[in-house]
This record gives sequence, structure tokens and C-alpha cells, in this order.
Amino acid sequence: MLEVKNLAVKVEDKQILKGISLNVKKGEVHAIMGPNGSGKSTLAGVLAGRDAYEVTGGSVTYEGKDLLDMDPEVRAQEGIFMAFQYPVEIPGVSNMYFLRTALNAIREHRGQSDLDAVDFMAMVKERMKLLKMDDAMMTRAVNMGFSGGEKKRNEIFQMTVLEPKLAILDETDSGLDIDALKLVAEGVNAMRSAERAIVVVTHYQRLLDYIVPDYVHVLAGGRIVKSGDKSLALELEEKGYGWIEEEATKQGQLVAS
Amino acid sequence: MVVATEKNIGPFLDQFTDLKDRQSVEPAWLRQRREVAFERFSRTGFPTPRHEEYKYTNLAPIARGDFRLASSSAAKVPIETVEKLGLGLSGARLVFVDGQFRAGLSQPGSLPGGVRVESLAAVAASDPSLIEEHLSRHADVDDHALTALNTAFFQDGAFVRIPDRTVVSEPIHLLFLSTAAETNRVTHPRLLIEAGSQSEASIIESYYGLGANLYWTNSVVEVLAGENSHVELYKIQHEELQAFHTGLIELIAGRNTTIATHSLSFGGALVRNDINVLLNDEGSHCDLNGLYAVNGSQHVDHHTLIDHAKPHCTSHQLYKGVLDGRSTGVFNGKIIVRADAQKTDAIQNNKNLLLSREAEVNTKPQLEIDANDVRCTHGATVGQLDKESMFYLRSRGINRKEARNLLTYAFAADILERIKIEPIRDHFEAQLMNWLTRVPEIEAPQAKRGKEKQ
Repeated sequence: MLEVKNLAVKVEDKQILKGISLNVKKGEVHAIMGPNGSGKSTLAGVLAGRDAYEVTGGSVTYEGKDLLDMDPEVRAQEGIFMAFQYPVEIPGVSNMYFLRTALNAIREHRGQSDLDAVDFMAMVKERMKLLKMDDAMMTRAVNMGFSGGEKKRNEIFQMTVLEPKLAILDETDSGLDIDALKLVAEGVNAMRSAERAIVVVTHYQRLLDYIVPDYVHVLAGGRIVKSGDKSLALELEEKGYGWIEEEATKQGQLVAS
Repeated sequence: MVVATEKNIGPFLDQFTDLKDRQSVEPAWLRQRREVAFERFSRTGFPTPRHEEYKYTNLAPIARGDFRLASSSAAKVPIETVEKLGLGLSGARLVFVDGQFRAGLSQPGSLPGGVRVESLAAVAASDPSLIEEHLSRHADVDDHALTALNTAFFQDGAFVRIPDRTVVSEPIHLLFLSTAAETNRVTHPRLLIEAGSQSEASIIESYYGLGANLYWTNSVVEVLAGENSHVELYKIQHEELQAFHTGLIELIAGRNTTIATHSLSFGGALVRNDINVLLNDEGSHCDLNGLYAVNGSQHVDHHTLIDHAKPHCTSHQLYKGVLDGRSTGVFNGKIIVRADAQKTDAIQNNKNLLLSREAEVNTKPQLEIDANDVRCTHGATVGQLDKESMFYLRSRGINRKEARNLLTYAFAADILERIKIEPIRDHFEAQLMNWLTRVPEIEAPQAKRGKEKQ
């Protein structure tokens, strides 16, 4: 589904990603872990189409198409969803209107007709229950006055409504208490299916107790320095990121020499 | 010493002489007020950008436009057009075409006893004593060339009087249409509105163009809000994109009044709206709301002046502007707090959203405070669409244009929410969406930029 090959990315003249390769297939859950500043969020942002990045090498193919060539809205319409690390507050636009506009844009791209208000409401209510969202949150402006936890829940809620093929969760767990974390994980797990892939970007292993990944990749210094199964996450939790960073330095020196 | 030049006063001297015959049927007091006004105008001519109040709005395109009074046109305006612009409101409606009252297009509505909603020219002819006390007694003609011109030349307009303790539940609609059948024509609509003590009314003045020729509308509205009255004023400026519009609202508030003005300005190549509010007695509250949306090479200027003359009054201003293309905007908000006006609470906000790199805004607050126990705040912002918000919407599948529209709409939404008359609110919600979905960079061929650029 998603093939990242040797992806190199600069942000404001600084090389952040230095050749990342990643292969994600339908039905798989990948976790990308790494210390702060390792390039995790840059990777998520590049995949979603954030424009502050300059791709200096490599390629990203999504369902056989060149992903980097697509506008962010086309990526979303093609089935990619990114849960933001810092969801944006948009005064004056209600959550309900926003979500319905988004859903209908995606449906239009798929050649489906607009969902009418009644069907939309029925679906929304059901998904809201899953994330224990208050009805009032729908009529409020997007993320306005939401707590940190509510914002993250709202991201996952949007995901459950938009039903992407590939979901990228960018540090969705950061700042969440354990109850909110469980809710979010429950929402994500409900979305797991043989047709859908999920990439979980996180700093902490804790989330992976609830969203159990098939693969874990460790990102450090702009490279994937280690890949493994879920046991790698536990190892990281135990030993911290120090040993990984040492390894990254070594690898970097190897590449440089 | 300002020296009048022929260029500065254009063709108006000849026209004023010509008009004297027709105006000779008018009462002497009115003829005299017109004479004074014309003399004031002749002395100064049109203000130039050297005039502090016209620093960013150059009236030269109007001054050199050789504008003649619109003749009493026989232009046919279909009733369907009027009905559409009437927004389905069932209250009293006066319609003016090229400055002339058209009874056939108007509707009486059902007004409570004693309420008068009539052609000003008709009142001046039949019952001039009704308007003698206030007409041209509040809108100053000294150093106000446009007001002076209107006073010298107005042919018609509306007289609205709400008696004491009378509530008019349906909005009163005063609709001014310019057919622009001939080019370079001007109308000077004149309105006198008197709301009695404890009365309530909503009044809409709206301006639309129906033709492609160059025309100019120069309106003056005098409003007297009596003690404890509730007055809502709506000004809808939707002239054709080649047109010039200048307009003044002069509002005098008595004791304990509640006043709201809503200025919605979408049309015109060169637009100047002035609102002066005199809070002349204690305990009044006024809200001034404004929304302007311009594109292409349009220029729109709003000047507000709130004069807090007495204690315990509040004035809250919120003006928002959306500017696209190479359009330019001006907001100048002046608040005067007199020494006597303790416990004044004055808030002024002007927020602008620039949708293009070429659009620009000049915004300036002016506070003159002579009392010591007051709260006066002002704020002005000029910004672009938030990039992160744009990306957020697009990352959910909403395309660039729709995302832009959604955020722009959201920016203006709180002004629209303040509109209490539902058909007007609905109309402007639709107008704004329509405005947003228009192809950018609409060029008005005859439009001259008000502001000279190098």
C-alpha cells in the first residue's frame, strides 16, 4: 500500500530525514518510535502533504501512485488520514459542518453521492459513542475550547467517520492520561481491518500496550536504525533511546565514510 | 485658506443655478439651507488627500467625473427585481429609481397608527413643517463637501417618523436603485429618520445598481433616536462594481437609547462610508458592526466617529474586512470622550483578512479622551489566512478553494450573526459565499483606484 524508498527531506536547509525506507501493507499496523528530534513528525508531515518540507531524494508510492505529487486534499481523498500532534482550532466553523464537508469531498472523489443530513447524523452519533464524545462537541467550533485530550479524541473520531485506508497517528498519545489513552486506543482498534493500514508515530511505548503493532521501527538521526516486532518496543522502554542513538551515530559515520 | 478651483467643484455651479428654478417651489428655509450648503461646497470643493480625513481615499475620480444629476428617468424596473432585492420582507418599502420615488414599486406594509414612511420630496411639498426642525440640522455642511453637495442637490429620499411608544415590528426598507441608463450620473438620496421616545424600529437603507454605466450615489442620513428608543439601522451597499458610493449616517442619540448599526459593503469601485454617532445624553448603548468584502481594484473606506458627550454610555464597534485582488481598504475609527462623559465604555475593533498579496489596508484608531473614569480600548489586525488551518482542512480532503472559503466565511461569521433580521442574515450569508466563489480578480473597467500608487 505504502512504499517509502530512501526518502530524504530538508526543513529550512536542515537535512531531517536522511534516507528512510518503509513498506506498509494492507492490514498492518506499524509503529515508528524514536527520540525527540529524530524526524518522526517530519515523516508523518511529509506523508500527509505538509508544505514546509523539501524532498531532496527518494520516493513515496501509495497504491501504485506517486504520493509526493499529490496535494494534501487529494491524499485525503485517496484515503490517507493523519491525526495531528497539535490539532488546529478553527473559530467560526462547527465540527459538524467541517466533518460533513470533508466526508462529502472524499465521497465525491470516490464517485459517491453526498451523504444526506439524516444518514450523516446517524453515523456520527454511533462513532461519537465509541469515543464517548459529548453531543455538544459537534456543534462547537472545530477544537475551540477543547482540552488536550478532547482534541486528540476528536482526531480519532474524525478518522472513524472518514474511514481512511491509511491512517497516520502523529504522537496521538502525547499528553493523554490513561483513561483518554484507552479511549483513543479503543477507537483505533475498532478501525483495524484487513483492508486498512495504520502507522502509529510515538515517543512512548505505553500506547503500544493498547494498540499492538505488527512492526516497530526505530527512527534516530533521520534514519530507521532498527526494525522488529512489538518486542522491540518493550526493549526500548527498558533501555531508553540512548543505545539507539549511539547506534545511529555509528551508522551515520559508516555512511559518511 | 483653501482656494476653490473650477476643477475642484466640477460642473456643479451651473447645475445649482439650473436647479434654482425647480427649487423655488420649496419653502424658504429649505432653499436657504441649500444655498448655505452650496456656498460651503464652492468654498472648499472636493477634499483632496491633503485633507486628513481623506488621506487614503482620493475622491479625484469623482471630482473629475463631470457628474450630472440623474434625470427623472422613465427607466422600467421590473417589480420582480424589486421583490428580489426586497428579500421577502413584508414591511413598508419605499423604492427610488435614479433618485426618484416610485410609488408603483413600493409597498405600504401595515404600519401602526401615526407612523410615517414617505417620500421626502412629497413631504417637503405638502407638509414642510414636519421636516423643518431636523432636516440638515445635524449633518454638518462645514468642511464636509459631500454632505454639502447632497444638501444642495438632493431631489428625494425618505422621511420616517415613529411616534412615541410605538413599536414597528416589520423592518422598514428604503431601497435605492440606479439604472445607470446614462453615464456619469449622480443621485443624492436624503433620509430623515425620527424615532420617538420609547419607540422601536428597524430600518434598512440599501443601494443597488442595475446598469453598466458609471454612476455615483452620495447619500446623507440623519437619524434622531428619542429617549429609551431601540433603533436598528442596516446599510446595504451593493452598488455595481464600476460605481462610486459615498454615504453619511449622522445619528443623534437621546437618553437611554439602544442603537445598532450594521454596515454591509460589497459593491462599488470607490466607496466611502461615514458614520457619526453623537451620544448626547446619559445611559445609551450603541453597537456599530461592519463587514466589507472587496476584490479586483475596489477601494472601500469606513470612517466612524463616536462622540461620547455624556456619562454612562457604551459604544462597541466591530468592523471586519475581507480583501482580495488588488483591492484597498481603509478603516478610521475616532472616539471622542468629553470631559463630562465619565463611565464611558468604548470598544473599537477592526479586523482585516487579506486574501491576496496585492490587497492592502490602512487602519487607524483615534482616541481623544478628556474624562478620567472611562474604559476605552481599541484593536486593529491585518492578517492572512492561517496556514496551519488551511493545511488542517486540506488534510481532511477539502480542496484549497473550499478551505479558503470556509475560513474566510468563518472570519466574517460573527458580524453576520449579529444581524437580527433573518432574511438579511440569510441573504448575506449567501452573498458572502457567492462572493467567495466568484473568480478572483474581477476588474471593473472604469474603476479608478482611490488611492494613488506610484
